Amino acid sequence: MTVQAWTFAMVGLTFGLYLYLAIRARVRDTQGFYVAGRGVPAILNGMATAADWMSAASFLSMAGTISLLGYAGGVYLMGWTGGFVLLALLLAPYLRKFGHFTVPDFVGDRFESNTARLVALLCALFISFTYVAGQMRGVGIVFARFLEIDVDLGVVVGMALVFVYSTLGGMKGITWTQIAQYWVLIVAYIVPVVFISLQLTGEPVPSVGMGGEVAPGVPLLGKLDQIHRDLGFPSYTEAFTGGWDRVNVFCTTLALMVGTAGLPHVIVRFYTVRNVGAARWSGLWALVFIALLYLTAPATAAFARYYVCEQLHGKTAAELPGWYHTWQKTGLLVWLDDGDGKLSYRGPAQQAQNELFRIGGMATTEFADLRASHERWLLTKGQEGQDGRVVMTQKKLSGPDADILVLATPEMAQLAAWIIALVAAGGLAAALSTASGLLLVISSSIAHDLYFRILRPQATEAQRLRLSRVAIGLAVVIAGVVGIFPPGFVAETVAFAFGLAASSFFPVLVLGIFSARVSAVPAIAGMLAGMAFTGSYILGTVYLGWPRWCFGIGPQGIGAVGMVVHFAVALGLSRVCAPASPTARAMVARMREPEGAGPGVDIERAMDH
Amino acid sequence: MPSSSAAPDSLPAANARYWRAVVRLTLVLLAIWALLGLGCGVLFADWLNGVRLGGFPLGFWFAQQGAIVGFVLLILVYVLAMRRLDRAHRADVARLAAAATSAPSPAQANAYARGAQASAEGNAQQKPPEAAR
Repeated sequence: MTVQAWTFAMVGLTFGLYLYLAIRARVRDTQGFYVAGRGVPAILNGMATAADWMSAASFLSMAGTISLLGYAGGVYLMGWTGGFVLLALLLAPYLRKFGHFTVPDFVGDRFESNTARLVALLCALFISFTYVAGQMRGVGIVFARFLEIDVDLGVVVGMALVFVYSTLGGMKGITWTQIAQYWVLIVAYIVPVVFISLQLTGEPVPSVGMGGEVAPGVPLLGKLDQIHRDLGFPSYTEAFTGGWDRVNVFCTTLALMVGTAGLPHVIVRFYTVRNVGAARWSGLWALVFIALLYLTAPATAAFARYYVCEQLHGKTAAELPGWYHTWQKTGLLVWLDDGDGKLSYRGPAQQAQNELFRIGGMATTEFADLRASHERWLLTKGQEGQDGRVVMTQKKLSGPDADILVLATPEMAQLAAWIIALVAAGGLAAALSTASGLLLVISSSIAHDLYFRILRPQATEAQRLRLSRVAIGLAVVIAGVVGIFPPGFVAETVAFAFGLAASSFFPVLVLGIFSARVSAVPAIAGMLAGMAFTGSYILGTVYLGWPRWCFGIGPQGIGAVGMVVHFAVALGLSRVCAPASPTARAMVARMREPEGAGPGVDIERAMDH
Repeated sequence: MPSSSAAPDSLPAANARYWRAVVRLTLVLLAIWALLGLGCGVLFADWLNGVRLGGFPLGFWFAQQGAIVGFVLLILVYVLAMRRLDRAHRADVARLAAAATSAPSPAQANAYARGAQASAEGNAQQKPPEAAR
């Protein structure tokens, strides 16, 4: 069977499984729709949380990004796992004890203010939409690369699938499909890397193989450092190279950690378990399942880096490997020769000699013109046309695209066709599971927080359920449209989503739980201050050409400072504002007690649901 | 941890003691979290890179492997420690309830009895939510 036939088979099989699970898990009430009836066992919720969290970006782009960054890639590894410690220790058990449906619900009730609820709601919507657009695009890209289907058609197929299983089953349907998707994605991620690790280092465990030797006495990482020095890249394992100085690595790591803990689609998963103890255990399981991928990713990164440098640099067109020819069609890597017929892949220190680029956001026709002009430049020895390498360098498109590394590593290691097909199914699972979790947040924000809690508290159960289904349907369509016509700033908006989660959600939740004094005014002022600071800094430095006036911190790391601003404003104001009401204080006290102890509170009926 | 101070003589005192222990545990674990991730992985990474661990420079290993393993262990310690704290607290509440039933004030006795009953339910498997509704 060909790779394409295998891919169709794998993708068809997994899609069938997701649909089957969704039909089995239909729901009839809002409790089932929003929080899966609160009956999900801790270990299964851990798996679902892991799938929910690990997006198309984690699966497709992260290892590639680490591969290009070396040491600094650790910011994503530490940031996206360290956040779960904050989530498990500071938020999950208490929010579960509070026993609500959504994050804005907690903010609105704890601070007894519909204004606070509305601010939190807008944050949740913004973060979710930003994120989900990227997922839909990811679905389209996987379809396009592996099945040679048009990207837009791929987005539509993905939309249709998510539409069916999320409207039918709500959180319950999503939970069961996410559990299945976790296994598809983790197997797809780890299997190829195990084979590669065996080939390169003889070690079956990738995390060990990464520290192994590629030849007797030659450690892989030492070899990589050597290659990097020879080709003019900063050393692979050395800390704080290039723009990644100590301040930026620190702030970006912290912002990603705190942002992770504040992402609404991850938080709501902890509402679906039985009790507080289960919420703690499921936090542990979630990180265990996530760690399987995150411990493997840096190994993939190092292996792929080794292959890319060894198999491309210094090779003639005839010597280049098959995967180069496959992937150069997609524009993820392109070669503009200097006339000697040998590919030269160089780093920033030897930029003038680099011949390997990617077309990035350029239109295909634009690049075709550039390539023609470059050919003419070569033929006429510089009399006509222009040096394409100079143009590409100016456009900052040096080196291969980060996305290629996970997609192409099975081919680099010449693995079997079914393994390559498995990677396609895994990429789709990662994108779909995250998209469905986000769509549910959007739906519950509109149908529950906005409609039921603010606009029409007298709405009946049936009306709310119907509106939830309509809202999720609409959200799927909007997400799909954004996926088909992506605004040019998707990459920046993800930094934006994390920045906002770090500077708005996380601090307000921590304050709501750990301070009984903070009331509505400090909480709202804190959220607005954190958001205004982070938002304006990101917009200013990315689009308006502001200097990085805050200690040279880049847009990705500014959320860490935004969080500090939020805490400072809220805690400062809480000293002068009236403290929270006795009702709110009683609420906080109840939340802190271990379940069952103290005056009996039936968590299912504690609040007015 | 809770056994280090005198046994509480009222329900609010028991709750306050439980919460103090929880906050102390959380702060200690968060300090280790910061030391592992932001300390070993970032702030001292260049310095630790001078040390080798097998084929890895140590700072690099912390940033890409060690911190993640450490985070998993931290949550494990948290879950187990919290289970112990919860059990000790439930025992306190049950003991207070038993003492109160023999005490004169009926209102107080009732309050404790409710607490004890709830804590017994908390120990048992909770009813499935569909049934609860």
